[in-house]
Amino acid sequence: MKKLLILGAGTAGTMMLNKLSASLDKSEWQITIVDQHETHYYQPGFLFIPFGIYKKKDVIKPKRDFFPPDANVIMSEIEKIEPKENRVILKNQNVLTYDLLIIATGAKIKPAETEGLNDVLWHKSIFDFYTIEGACALADFFKHWKGGKLVLNITEMPIKCPVAPLEFVFLADSYFTERGLRDKVDIHFVTPLSGAFTKPKASSILGDFLDKKNIKLTTDFNIARVENESKKIISWDEKEVEFDVLVTIPTNMGDEVIERSGMGNELNFVPTDKETLRSLEYENIFVIGDATDLPSSKAGSVAHFQADVLLENIISVSEGRDPHEKFDGHANCFIESGFGKGILIDFNYETEPLPGKFPLPGVGPFSLLEETKMNHYGKVMFRWMYWNFLLKGTELPIESQMSMAGKRA
Amino acid sequence: MAAKEYAGIMLELDADGNLANLNEWNEEIAKELATEEGISLTDRHWTVINYMRNEFKAKGDAPSIRKLTKESGVDTKELYALFPGGPAKKAARISGLPKPKGCI
Repeated sequence: MKKLLILGAGTAGTMMLNKLSASLDKSEWQITIVDQHETHYYQPGFLFIPFGIYKKKDVIKPKRDFFPPDANVIMSEIEKIEPKENRVILKNQNVLTYDLLIIATGAKIKPAETEGLNDVLWHKSIFDFYTIEGACALADFFKHWKGGKLVLNITEMPIKCPVAPLEFVFLADSYFTERGLRDKVDIHFVTPLSGAFTKPKASSILGDFLDKKNIKLTTDFNIARVENESKKIISWDEKEVEFDVLVTIPTNMGDEVIERSGMGNELNFVPTDKETLRSLEYENIFVIGDATDLPSSKAGSVAHFQADVLLENIISVSEGRDPHEKFDGHANCFIESGFGKGILIDFNYETEPLPGKFPLPGVGPFSLLEETKMNHYGKVMFRWMYWNFLLKGTELPIESQMSMAGKRA
Repeated sequence: MAAKEYAGIMLELDADGNLANLNEWNEEIAKELATEEGISLTDRHWTVINYMRNEFKAKGDAPSIRKLTKESGVDTKELYALFPGGPAKKAARISGLPKPKGCI
């Protein structure tokens, strides 16, 4: 019996478990998944919690609900991967050997990487919304807040869901307007990028949205430290921004197990072939989702497109063939823009987000890079699709390769 | 593709205005590229430039600021003082390398 081991039962790991369980020959392959947490978080939903749109209960379910009934699941922390020995050591020193390994250990925020961030003001006047704790603490704070300087700061790239910070300020504009407080709240978007977003066309269009919504934009700001007493963020070149409440996107890094195993880059992301998703160092290791160092967005939609590619490649390798499917960097993001509207972007490694229409059989078309109610419904519907289809590895009516249909180049 | 004269040689530039051919680079060209960025090169700049070129030869990508801080012997604060505005991007350009892929 050959062994396939999946590390991490988040979005990517769970999808792979379901897809592989349905595809690999069970008389030849034993599939095992390892994760330390019992709860699955719908991370795209965290964004809505500070504004009271979702509650904690809307974004959590037991992980076991999404595993195939016969799945071999080990709930444990992982001590170390020993890739040269083809084995994984668990926290209790138990050893798991493998023939094929899929690393899906994700990414998480590391506020301690920035001086003064994880200090006396943490979760009092400084909040993140990339954890359930941060998002809930911010929801409590906003309920009683009377206004002032609201600063959103991205520490450094790459981050999970690069559009989430923009969505946050759009939703803040909508939330404080509806509460009659908008004239008392200064919203300020402070980013290390040279524009509102990573890609030029979308950056300019999304920058115009910031302007239209009276949200101040400061670009090329690389935060060095936070002064807790004077409530300021200070850049490496000594620029200062004052805040009353700071919403931070801290440095995102891969899991510590990657560092302990000596398999990561300077951010603990695993060097991965951007097309086949195979580890650049080890032929029997594949990497998916936020754990990779790929120049694609770190997001569930991207992991979903990668999963289709990885399934084909794992099947090939399990049969002794070379991996031939190629991931094109496809990402598809609904951007919540406030007041019940949304914007959609669709892009890959080569093609930046373009305006036009996005066809979707039975539902679409959606408008690309335009604010519409339809795009908002797309986002709302996505949570339902995520729980009911996506995690279970069911085919969705959307191709893993990006298509130019409807796009205006 | 754009081209521009540096140190008496016509050089091809990529879409970001960085040298298209790494091998055409020399120290005189680096000095002129630096002048364009308003930088006059010191020994500390050269420490960074040499590290970047070696890294690029070994790895095929220009290093990020985080990697520079960790491995070049020049800390983040000094990197920003040496290459104001964007150390990784500016140092890569002066070193004759393409813009780091991390800068997406």
